Amino acid sequence: MSDDKLSLIINGESFVLDVDPKMPVLWAIRDLLGLTGTKYGCGSGLCGACTIHLDGKPARACLTTVSQAQGKQVTTIEGLEFSELKRAWSDNNVPQCGYCQSGQLMSAAALLAVNSSPSDEDIDSAMSGNICRCGTYTRIRAAIHDTAKKRT
Amino acid sequence: MSSFTAVKNFSRRDVLKLFGATGGGLVLGSSGLSWSPMALAQNQESRLNLFVAVGEDNKVYLTCHRSEMGQGIRTGIPQILADELEADWQHVVVVQGLADKRYGNQNTDGSRSIRRQYDRMRQMGAMARTMLEQAAANAWRVPVGEVKAKNHQVVHVKSGRSISFGELALAASKLPMPEADSVRLKESKDFRHIGQSHKIVDMDKMLSGKAHYGYDIRLDGMLYASITRPPVLGSDVEKLNDSMARKVAGVVDVIQLPVPKGAPKFQALGGVAVIATNTWSALQGRKALEITWAASANDSHNSTSYMKTLVQRVKQPGNLVRQQGSENTDWPENSTLNAVYTLPYLVHAPMEAPVATASVTADGCEIWASTQTPQSTQQNVAANLGLKEEQVKVNVTLLGGGFGRKSKPDFSVEAALLSQRLKRPVKVSWSREDDIQNGYVHAVSAQFYQAKLDGDQKPEAMLQRTAFPSISSTFAEDVEYPSAGELDLGFVDIPFTVPNYRCEAVKALAHTRIGWMRSVSNIQHAFGIGSFVDELAHNAKMSCPKMWKEMLGQPRLVDFSGQQFNYRNYGEDLSRHPIDIDRYHQVIDIVEKSMSEYAPTKPGQGWGFAVHRSFTSYVAVAILVKVENATLKVLQAISAIDAGLVVNPDRVVSQTEGAVIFGLSLAMMGEIAFKDGKVKQSNFHDYPVLRMGQCPDIEVTVVSSDAAPAGVGEPGVPPVAPALTNAIFAATGTRIRDLPVNKTLKV
Repeated sequence: MSDDKLSLIINGESFVLDVDPKMPVLWAIRDLLGLTGTKYGCGSGLCGACTIHLDGKPARACLTTVSQAQGKQVTTIEGLEFSELKRAWSDNNVPQCGYCQSGQLMSAAALLAVNSSPSDEDIDSAMSGNICRCGTYTRIRAAIHDTAKKRT
Repeated sequence: MSSFTAVKNFSRRDVLKLFGATGGGLVLGSSGLSWSPMALAQNQESRLNLFVAVGEDNKVYLTCHRSEMGQGIRTGIPQILADELEADWQHVVVVQGLADKRYGNQNTDGSRSIRRQYDRMRQMGAMARTMLEQAAANAWRVPVGEVKAKNHQVVHVKSGRSISFGELALAASKLPMPEADSVRLKESKDFRHIGQSHKIVDMDKMLSGKAHYGYDIRLDGMLYASITRPPVLGSDVEKLNDSMARKVAGVVDVIQLPVPKGAPKFQALGGVAVIATNTWSALQGRKALEITWAASANDSHNSTSYMKTLVQRVKQPGNLVRQQGSENTDWPENSTLNAVYTLPYLVHAPMEAPVATASVTADGCEIWASTQTPQSTQQNVAANLGLKEEQVKVNVTLLGGGFGRKSKPDFSVEAALLSQRLKRPVKVSWSREDDIQNGYVHAVSAQFYQAKLDGDQKPEAMLQRTAFPSISSTFAEDVEYPSAGELDLGFVDIPFTVPNYRCEAVKALAHTRIGWMRSVSNIQHAFGIGSFVDELAHNAKMSCPKMWKEMLGQPRLVDFSGQQFNYRNYGEDLSRHPIDIDRYHQVIDIVEKSMSEYAPTKPGQGWGFAVHRSFTSYVAVAILVKVENATLKVLQAISAIDAGLVVNPDRVVSQTEGAVIFGLSLAMMGEIAFKDGKVKQSNFHDYPVLRMGQCPDIEVTVVSSDAAPAGVGEPGVPPVAPALTNAIFAATGTRIRDLPVNKTLKV
């Protein structure tokens, strides 16, 4: 273990960690801090299940080290405040098993933050990094469109 | 019936503890493990039967004994119970059942939860309702015939009096349980929950990161294990140097697990476990292991050459497994059509890889696992630890997908063995690479179909052969042929009127663990027959749906009697779940009509069609594709499912949408290849599954039916692959007989 204490700001709260600075944020928040809403799916940035926001931008927690997250605002699903998006997700009955949905919501929220009225192509492009093995894609698309409509 | 209605008495604290655990926070601590093996959600004062408890808080606590993996069963089972109970959905709390034989079979696979539980859950709900009615009648001193449960209270119509379920709970629980067969069931017109698309009960937790899956279990003092398993089945550690691994920060121990002898069954695969204080350290420790693997008989397994062998073999006679009419031996070249279809190995790849946590103490073992099969977990863990089954408590978490992988309890056995060694709770989490490389794979297969055509280009004789290593090989050594159970899945059960129809099974030996994956051997068989009927249709210049209807013949019930095989019909009686040609016709007609409502195809576009009955449901699928510059784009999918009566229509729609996507994934990109006995793929970059940008619009029709509830989770998958390749043929004239499609086209 490193002697240098590292601190993470997660959902507005500050946490001090005594870990290897190379540890991915995914395992730091899940195993050490108990924030298990962010999911492991592949460990290689291929599936998006661990998507978080770093200063508002989507990032893969499995590839982001604790040291890279220093001084940045980390937002996880537990801290995502976006009721219209969650309402649209619920209205469209999006989840099946639900496991990938934290990552899907984080990616969708990040998309809508920079594009208030995304086209199907915009959604495909922003969401294609997030795999859903149950197959909820058509409903995710609908839920993102619904959220955009409600906000304009 | 009485065998599962036995009531065991437990303290109120047990109930509250359990409800607390399922109601939210992970209040699991190893200090809380002083459990009684049978400490279920039982409350003497309010439990009405094994599945229904009513609290003085007026809530009803309904047990779901099946595993939730995305199919919506934690909503569906309670909907049935609540309906007959006359419960208000707002007051329903769902309790997840532990492994317990009193529930009957809990193995959540085979698309059978609703199919097998519908009647029984209605009875359990009705029995509890009857007790509440009796309690009210007793309180009011009126004949029970004058009272009626209605929307969470019992009313006395004459006097206008009413009393809530909560107020009746205590008295009702002291009444004798009525016989299951004696209770009055509601008429379907009075259903208030069955047939309604209730929102899934875990929705809010799933949207806030508070839903707990197997991967999310955390116990006091728990260690994290990651295991390097033998890359080739049958291999073992020859030499291990773990000195570097032990130096990795956070690593606590390195433990070698024995490689089991004989058939793989549900044994832990063995290998080297790295134990650490967190998952990442365990993974880093694994990277530092130096392992030399001993030789194995499977070292020479190469899936490319193996496929060539299977293809050669299906061109030769095999074992007779069905004969309709008499054998045709005359296959004139100018009136015979034949084709060989192949599919590679596939793996489940649920988003949550297998994971289990075990805590072994002097009293026994407690497991928390994302398992489809809690009782098999209990049995296998007990056997491996030398415990009695009742000393093993199995908690079922939410599953991050299952698809059949989590019906195998090997990962719970691993956790239990390590916890026993370390005397601490241990979580074994599989990495994605572990999941892809050490799974129970769906069998590689080759099939041969041949038809002799009459003057109208319709088949008058057919011969079909199938070859694939059997799932039975996972459970017994020296298995050489597919089992009858696998051949029932879309091979021998094609109810064509072709006068002479012969089916043969061909030898294929296993070189890895073969398992069942969503819809099992229906995957290859529906691809074979669905492709071949399209080839026959094209040859006869007929539409594919029309050829299907011609070959299926007039509406009738089929039982395959006198055809030299015993059809098992997914364990269902044919009188309740018949093979009904009319129901094939109905789903075909629905999809044909939907197709006709789309704009005519443009150059480079084409529709493909297929239909399949599996798990006693009927599904027809049509797919529209565009092929441009050797690149495939799937534009539209249509699926019509007749699953009999459905409990939650929206979950049937969502399962059918998901089945289209699962089917497209395997057809377009699914391939596990072996070289030198090892899986070549490792993660989603080389075992790709469908992504958002590849996903078509999907239109689903659920046939309105009052037939017996049939399967839902799997039957949507089989017709997708042939519908896709038939569409590609329509668009391009290129017939893809060897999956996946990405060997031929960019996807």
